[in-house]
Amino acid sequence: MQSFSEIDTTSKRASKAAGFAWGVAEEIGKNMRNLEMFGLPGIKNLNLYLQKIKKTPTEKIKKIEKKNKPKLKEFCPIYCGTAFLDNCKKLETLKLIKFFNVSYPLLLLPFLSRASDIVGKKISIKYEKNNFLLNFDKTIFSNNINNVKVVSKAKEISIKFLENNNSFSLKEWKELYKLSEETFVKETDSSKKKGAGAGLTDND
Amino acid sequence: MKLSRLGSFHQSKLSFLRSFIREFKEWNYKRNLFDLDKSGYGTAVYSFEKKGRSYSLVCFAQHINPDERSDRVIATKWDAAFVLHDGTPSKLDIDRLRNNVPKQEVGRVSYKELTLSRANKSVRAFDHVVNSLSEGKQPDKELLKKVGYLYRTTAVYGSGKFGLADRFRIKDRKEIYGPFRLEMMLVYLVRQFTFDQVNHIAKSKNPNKAVMLNENIARNLGIGNSTGLGMAPFIVNHPTLLHNWIYCREKALKEIRSIKDVNQNDFDIFKDCFAKSKLTIDTWLTESQFQINKINSLRSDLGKFTIYLENDCSIKNNYMWNKIYLWVEENLGEECIEYIVSMMMEPYDKIIDPLINDMSSEEEKYFDIPAHRKVSELRKILENNYKLIIKINFKEKNSTTNFWFISKNKEEPRVANRYEEHGSELEQPLAIARDIKQLYEKVLKAKQTETIADFLLNNDEVRHVVRRAFIVEKFPYSEIQDNTIAASLVPIDMLRLKLSFFGAVKFDPRSDKWLRINMYQGAPLPHEMKLSNDTWVYNSLH
Repeated sequence: MQSFSEIDTTSKRASKAAGFAWGVAEEIGKNMRNLEMFGLPGIKNLNLYLQKIKKTPTEKIKKIEKKNKPKLKEFCPIYCGTAFLDNCKKLETLKLIKFFNVSYPLLLLPFLSRASDIVGKKISIKYEKNNFLLNFDKTIFSNNINNVKVVSKAKEISIKFLENNNSFSLKEWKELYKLSEETFVKETDSSKKKGAGAGLTDND
Repeated sequence: MKLSRLGSFHQSKLSFLRSFIREFKEWNYKRNLFDLDKSGYGTAVYSFEKKGRSYSLVCFAQHINPDERSDRVIATKWDAAFVLHDGTPSKLDIDRLRNNVPKQEVGRVSYKELTLSRANKSVRAFDHVVNSLSEGKQPDKELLKKVGYLYRTTAVYGSGKFGLADRFRIKDRKEIYGPFRLEMMLVYLVRQFTFDQVNHIAKSKNPNKAVMLNENIARNLGIGNSTGLGMAPFIVNHPTLLHNWIYCREKALKEIRSIKDVNQNDFDIFKDCFAKSKLTIDTWLTESQFQINKINSLRSDLGKFTIYLENDCSIKNNYMWNKIYLWVEENLGEECIEYIVSMMMEPYDKIIDPLINDMSSEEEKYFDIPAHRKVSELRKILENNYKLIIKINFKEKNSTTNFWFISKNKEEPRVANRYEEHGSELEQPLAIARDIKQLYEKVLKAKQTETIADFLLNNDEVRHVVRRAFIVEKFPYSEIQDNTIAASLVPIDMLRLKLSFFGAVKFDPRSDKWLRINMYQGAPLPHEMKLSNDTWVYNSLH
C-alpha cells in the first residue's frame, strides 16, 4: 500500500510534469492525499486526467461567476478548483454556483472541501448522478460511495454553500434537552447558601 | 539566516539525540531476539517499552562482498538494514520485513513500520574490534579514535517513505511530540546492535578466549552517518519546522542573555562543559580543507575566548551572559560564536526543556494561501522579510549557476551547473531566492488593491513562493536568507544546519556535497540510560 506521503509527492511531481506550475502541483498533491484519505479515487482520476490533457488540453477558467461556461473546450477541474479555493470567501455570497462542461469533476472536490473549512460552511456538490456533502474538510459524504465509475466529464456541476442551520427541529431539541436534565441534581437551600458566589453582592 | 552562519551550528542541549535520551531514559530497554549465525548474519530485535506502548527495532544483517559496499544512497546492498516497528513484531511481521527491508527501494514496508535505515560496517574498525576481542584483547583506542563507530548509516527514513506510516497516524502520541524521536530511537538501538554483533562474532570465532567489548570503549563509539544532498531540500520544504528550530535556539539565547544574576554553579557547569568540549575538538579529523579551515578558525577563536573567559568574565557582573555574547559577536568568527552559544545553554535545563516540544511542526496547518488579502500586503511582507534576497541581481550568471533536480535512477536530490549540465528545465522548486525576486517584480507591477486570488489567476508560476511569503510573515525564521543556486553555494552548509540540530558531531565533509558525521558518541549504553547525565556528549574522547 502506498502511504499518503507518497501519494502527495508523486501526484505533485506528475502534475508538474503535465504542465502545472509547482505551486499548483503542490495543491494537487495535497488534494490527492485528501481524496484518498476520504476513500475517493483521486489517483485514478488524476492519472486519467493528466493523460488526457497531454492530447487534449482543457480550458483554464478566468474568473468564477454564478454560472461558468467554457468558451471552447472543457474546463480544467484543477484551475476551477484553485480559483474557487482562492476566492471562496467572496464566492460564498453567491450561494449557488454552476460550472458547465468540467473534465474529471472529482478532482474539483478536494478544493471545495478545503473551501468549506475556510468559510466554515458545509458545501453540497452535484454532478451527473453524484451528490457529495463536504463537511469542513473533515469528511465527505457521498450518495454512491461504492460506485467507482470514473466521470470523465460533468455537463453541469451545482455547488451550494449551506447555511449553518440545525438538522433538527426545536421540538426535537427540547425533548433531548429535557432528557439531559435528568443528570442534574436539585440544589438544597443549604447548598445554595454555600455555593460559589453565595453571600456576595455583584453591585461592586 | 545566512547559509554560512547556519552552516556553523554545533550540537547543543536542544539537539534531538540529547533530548531523546532525556525523554526516553525511563523507558524499558530489551533485546527481544538475537538470532545471528557465527559470522554475525541474521535477525535481531530490540525494543523500548513503557506503559503498554512499545517500539521495536528489527535488524537484518547480511553478507556482502567488499566490491558491493558503498555508503552512497544509490547502493543496492548493505551490511545491515533496520526498521522500527510499531509495537512487538509477530513472526509473520519479521518474515515480511526480512523479505523487504534489505531490498531497499525495491522492498515495501507497511503502516506498522515507522522509520527505516541501512548501514555499512566501517570495515577497518569492525574487523579490528572483532579480531581483537576474539584474541582476548580490547581494541586499539587510537584506531577507534580515528573512526569513532563500527557502522555508518545513510539516510534514516520516516513519514511515509517506502510505505512507512504517515506521520498523522502517530503524531498525537505524547512520547514523540519532540522532533525526530523515532529516527533518534532507531539510530540509538542500531548502535547497540553493532556492539552486540561484534561481541557475538568474536565469541563464535574463539569461544574460549574471546572477551566482551569494554563498556568504556563501547560508550565512546557512536554511529556514523554519510549524508548527501537529500537533507538540503528537506530544510527548504519544511519552512515552519526550520523556523521552530531556529526560534527555539534564539529564544533560549535571549532568555539566557536576560539573566541578571548568574549563579556560580551555572557558571561552573558552563566552564566544565567548555573545558571538556575543547578536548573533543582534537578528535574532529577530516581531510577536507574547507573543514580544516573551519576547525583551525574555531581553535584560534577558542584560544581568544579562553583568555577572555579567564580574565574578564565574572558572575559579579550583572548580565554576564549578555556581556559574553556581545564580546563573542564582536571578536570571533561564526563557527566560534555558534559554539559558545551552544555552550551557554548547558546549565539551563529549565530554559531548554520546555522548548523541546516546540521543535516539531505541522506544516499542513499553514499550507493554505490567504488569498483574500491584498497585493499591497504581500509587497510589504516581501520587503520586510526578504530584504537581502530582493537585492540579488539574478541576471548575473553567478547568481543562477546551479539548479536542483531529482535523479532519475535513484529519485534523490542533486545539484548541478545549469550552464554545463542538461536538465535545468526540470529544476525543482528550491531556488526560493530567485523565485521570490521574480514574485517581487510581478508584485511591483500589479495593482496594489487587487486580491491575492486575482493576482494568482494570472501568475500561477509564482504560487509556490506566494505560499512561502505568507508563511514567513508568521514564521520569520522559516526561510534561508541566501541564494541556494548561486555559484558560491556550499550545499553542505544546509546539511550541517540540520545535522547540528540532530546532535551530530565530527563533521567531515568528503566534498562540498556530502559529509560524514558521528551520532551518539559518548552516549550512555541502554542499561545506563536511567542514570545518565545529559552532558555525555562531552565525555567522548575517542
